[in-house]
Amino acid sequence: MSLLEIKDLHVEAGGREILKGVTMSLEEGETCVLFGPNGSGKSTLLSAIMGYGQTKVTSGSITFKGVDITYMPIDQRAKLGIGMMMQRPPNVIGVKLGTLVEVTAKNGKGKTGREKEFNMQDFLNRDINVGFSGGEIKRSELMQLCAQSPDFVMLDEPESGVDLENIGLIGKKVHELIYGSEADGSKSVSAFVITHTGQIMDYIGAHKAFVLIHGKIVRDGKPEEILEDIKNNGYGVGDE
Amino acid sequence: MSKYDQKDIEKALDKKAAYGSDIDLGRYEEGDYEVEQIEKLEDTPDDLQKKMINVGVTSDDDNKDTILFIDNAMSHCSSKAQEGLIMMSTRQAVEQYPWVKDYYWNTMDPTKDKYTAKTYQEDSDGYFVYVKPGYHLKMPVQTCMMLSKNKSIQNLHNIIIVGDDASCDMVTGCTTVHHANDALHVGVSEMYIGKNASLSFTMIHSWSEQTAVRPRTNVVMDQGANYVNNYVVLDPVGNIQSFPSAYLNGEGAKCSFNTMCIAHENSNIDTGGCAYLNAPKTGAELVSRNISYGGRMVARGRLIGNAPGAKAHLECKSIILKDGGITEAIPELEASCADVEMTHEAAVGKIAQEQIEYLMTRGLTEDEAVSMIVRGFLVGGISGLPDNLQKEIDLAIDKANEGD
Repeated sequence: MSLLEIKDLHVEAGGREILKGVTMSLEEGETCVLFGPNGSGKSTLLSAIMGYGQTKVTSGSITFKGVDITYMPIDQRAKLGIGMMMQRPPNVIGVKLGTLVEVTAKNGKGKTGREKEFNMQDFLNRDINVGFSGGEIKRSELMQLCAQSPDFVMLDEPESGVDLENIGLIGKKVHELIYGSEADGSKSVSAFVITHTGQIMDYIGAHKAFVLIHGKIVRDGKPEEILEDIKNNGYGVGDE
Repeated sequence: MSKYDQKDIEKALDKKAAYGSDIDLGRYEEGDYEVEQIEKLEDTPDDLQKKMINVGVTSDDDNKDTILFIDNAMSHCSSKAQEGLIMMSTRQAVEQYPWVKDYYWNTMDPTKDKYTAKTYQEDSDGYFVYVKPGYHLKMPVQTCMMLSKNKSIQNLHNIIIVGDDASCDMVTGCTTVHHANDALHVGVSEMYIGKNASLSFTMIHSWSEQTAVRPRTNVVMDQGANYVNNYVVLDPVGNIQSFPSAYLNGEGAKCSFNTMCIAHENSNIDTGGCAYLNAPKTGAELVSRNISYGGRMVARGRLIGNAPGAKAHLECKSIILKDGGITEAIPELEASCADVEMTHEAAVGKIAQEQIEYLMTRGLTEDEAVSMIVRGFLVGGISGLPDNLQKEIDLAIDKANEGD
């Protein structure tokens, strides 16, 4: 049994069919990357796996740890062990980052008090994401995921909007999140990562890659080969 | 004291207020003028003490100076006020200090509407708080106004004077006790803040389902004065209409109004604030954040820029969690001078689904996520609230969510 199995998934967003029959699976301990041109449905796929309301599954199924989660509420998916790093999480006025980290740790398996590692000491008392820079948002997201400690983590473009100074720390923390760290005794988990540039692969590597075009998985294989091919030849479809 | 003609006052007794629904004063009898005298605040009967704590007032005379009014008369006043503070009833103050007359019905025109006229007509008593020039009060000053008699009017006239270079934090809690429900609270407050003086005034209201409430507040501010007004209404109420005004008459004066209301089903709340920026380089910030659980919620704000360098911002935001009521945001900006900078933000609607889902991604249930966002929305950015108020806010939100 695969950790995550998606069968013939059709998903609508904004009244339009975005995913047109996605079938894929991801094994335990596997790190997969998802390539695809803008608008091909990469973020929609992650949103559908997490259960966000902007996506509507019209047919097909999503199974995680053998449980059908296709229509399960978001928080139950989180408690089942799915974690998500949004590309652009919303501001939450009046709610302190520290409060969210504490509640996240209570619902999950991870620990609080790790803000120093993420260079986030000065942010715990601030409203979530309000006035955060690109790098600060990613560090905050990663700190929250460490507090949750999911068994399967989805990262939507972890390197986007991050400057050169931050990319090192973020790359290291993403690596620890996926492969575990001896320091805190955490174990290796599975991951599904959207990347445009492949830059994050320098830090985490990957076992498998998928290419999503026009709402369908058109290819899978070795990440380095596929990335090389895309760099040389593009997707062959242009931006949708 | 007879600055106003009796005929004008009598005429004003029928004058409807500019905002809010009209209340027939004839429906109510007079509130009591003779009330139980409470020697020591800690001896306050348990049921009253519980209500006091609900509105942020503690029964602790050693650490806070407190005045308690029940209906129309003073029931308790801390016997030894801290250094720099004079506190007593307004009537006592007018008798004892001839100069208080200069502040008595000075900034508030009794013919403004029927509620001020009634208060004038009744020669109503209230609390008097005077901070002597140069004193920075270490302990907060508390006042508590209890409305105890059903079908009656509580009429109060309060005066607060903060002398030059002085500062003071005040907490005022207003509530109904015993079986008072269908009753009317009218409170006229005249506040005067001296040069470089500051006043932080937090008012917490907890009424009953049918109570009508008409506060009338004017604040006069001298050069460099600073005023912070926090107004909190969490519990069901019949009908509130309140629109306090600050007159920033001295250069560099600054004020901020923070209003936080929950409009439950059948509650009708019309609140906000108004700042007259009458002197150069004055500043104002008016923030109103409200939640409607099916009640009527009107959030107003008005900025009037009359002097160069005036800078002000206005925010009226309401979240609607339940259908059934009407929610309005009414920001108004008015300038009579080119060199002013005034802005506003207004929003009415539901909580952003994206925020709820974001918190659910971290394992919070939908209800937990909504509560956390609502709580943050209400208190975000408001400082100086009493410690126990946070707990009250949590309770009020939980209770309102349960009622869904």
